[in-house]
Amino acid sequence: MYTQALNSPEEGSHAEDAVRASRFQARIDAEERIEPNAWMPAAYRKTLVRQISQHAHSEIVGMLPEGNWITRAPSLRRKAALLAKVQDECGHGLYLYAAAETLGASREELVDAMLAGKAKYSSIFNYPTLTWADIGVIGWLVDGAAIMNQIPLCRCSYGPYARAMIRVCKEESFHQRQGYEIMLTLCRGTAEQKAMAQEALNRWWWPVLMMFGPPDQASQHSDASTKWKIKRFSNDELRQKFIDATVPQAQYLGLTMPDPEMKQDEQGHWRHGPIDWNEFKQVLAGNGPCNRDRLAARRKAHADGAWVRDAAAAYAEKRARRQMAQAAE
Amino acid sequence: MTAPSITVSETPLVLYTLRRADDALILGHRLSEWCGHAPVLEEDMALSNMALDLIGQARELYGYAAKVEGRDNDEDKLAYLRDVRQYRNLLLVERPNGDFAQTMVRQLFYAAFADLYWRGMMGSTDATLAAVAAKSEKECAYHLRHASEWVIRLGDGTDESHRRAQAAVDDLWAYTGEMFNIDDSERSLIDAGIAIDPTMLLPEWLSIVSHVAREATLTLPENDWMQRGGRDGRHSEHLGHLLSELQYMQRSFPGATW
Repeated sequence: MYTQALNSPEEGSHAEDAVRASRFQARIDAEERIEPNAWMPAAYRKTLVRQISQHAHSEIVGMLPEGNWITRAPSLRRKAALLAKVQDECGHGLYLYAAAETLGASREELVDAMLAGKAKYSSIFNYPTLTWADIGVIGWLVDGAAIMNQIPLCRCSYGPYARAMIRVCKEESFHQRQGYEIMLTLCRGTAEQKAMAQEALNRWWWPVLMMFGPPDQASQHSDASTKWKIKRFSNDELRQKFIDATVPQAQYLGLTMPDPEMKQDEQGHWRHGPIDWNEFKQVLAGNGPCNRDRLAARRKAHADGAWVRDAAAAYAEKRARRQMAQAAE
Repeated sequence: MTAPSITVSETPLVLYTLRRADDALILGHRLSEWCGHAPVLEEDMALSNMALDLIGQARELYGYAAKVEGRDNDEDKLAYLRDVRQYRNLLLVERPNGDFAQTMVRQLFYAAFADLYWRGMMGSTDATLAAVAAKSEKECAYHLRHASEWVIRLGDGTDESHRRAQAAVDDLWAYTGEMFNIDDSERSLIDAGIAIDPTMLLPEWLSIVSHVAREATLTLPENDWMQRGGRDGRHSEHLGHLLSELQYMQRSFPGATW
């Protein structure tokens, strides 16, 4: 139960805190991992709980757009692969909630905040999956962007998060290859299939670029996160790395990037045209095409499951009571 | 343009294999409908896992049915291009998920049967079916344990969960008899040692299910009228809707590779 003990107010004077804070920063600077029972500044803990829980919520809400195609997958092989992938994402969510719990937050309170609409999850999951090609694009680009974000997190200063990311990244890179393979199959298929692939790329490309967050000059959290080695690359750096990796893959597929201004500079970087940050802001504010549907689906699952969770708790209690009564005989 | 249904030459062995494959696919499909919507995340994982087991069993069985038939059908054509009247699954497995109690009771009834059935089939004189049986038995043993634990929790949990679990038992009971039916086609395989006689499994199945029901403080219905027809393609209205979803892509894009 040490996660609860961590909830108790930090004792000691401000002077002591200053000493602890400087020791803490020295450990970070020396690339040491911070473990759950170590002292840490309240703001570090808060930042991590926010980031890890947002990540967990993203995995769970992210089950919905892909889950939308499990029952309609076009072959048994694809159906099994998609189901396994969505199941992996649920596993990532559980794993991440557990990492957040090491910081003294409980899964229930984190989930409640998400259901109440108070906690964020990745903006990308507020877009609909309209055709089978969307499943290919999500694997290829959404998981591709997630990997780009998450690989540096494998070296994050907080031990449980870093270790969770190592496992998550392994599975994500498998998903990414799977998504690309779906795209390859579509692009080598009939004209109708290739058009389906292009149309899906057109819809997802810009929202995927927004996954890396606002441009560096507008990012709120980066400074402290960088100092604490939670974040090692800026939003724009990661976005550029992602685009440079992705453009040749699209070329290999024979697809056109839906950005008329995209061109390669002298250093070989592919430079994108302007991103519609107003769209991003609207999606974060709850006005994306699926925000309401996603939250409604999660709320419904939670509400419909309440009697099941109550039953499990009631049964466990009855059982414990019976065992105690037996032991007393 | 839509893809038309295929025809299948249902020799006794092809028909037998399709029946088992259809059971696994349809139940796997039903369980997969829970993915993202389960009462707790752990159940999202467990239900998806069981769906994957069943879809895996279906794929092996369809592959074998296609091979035995020896025409140009394959696992996907058998799954995606047969219409309601050509599907051979039990009525039980096509029942809608309903609430979590309905899903778990359906799972208990089927898994208690499938575990016994595949265990018996491990001795089949048909090497492929014996191998499928060995793998399926391990999976269904877990499905049975999982479903039993939940039915006990729900039956002996709260008043509401008890009421829902009892309603599920009452609703689904009439679909259990079909698991133990055989026809002439299957009789010939039983005589050849390829299949086992499911009627022999009824006493043990009843004993397993009764034990769980007792622990769960649930009552098994006395009504012994049993519905049948799925094995011959006479289904409930639910299957057509399931298939229209399952088959949408293959029907809409004839001949495409995915």
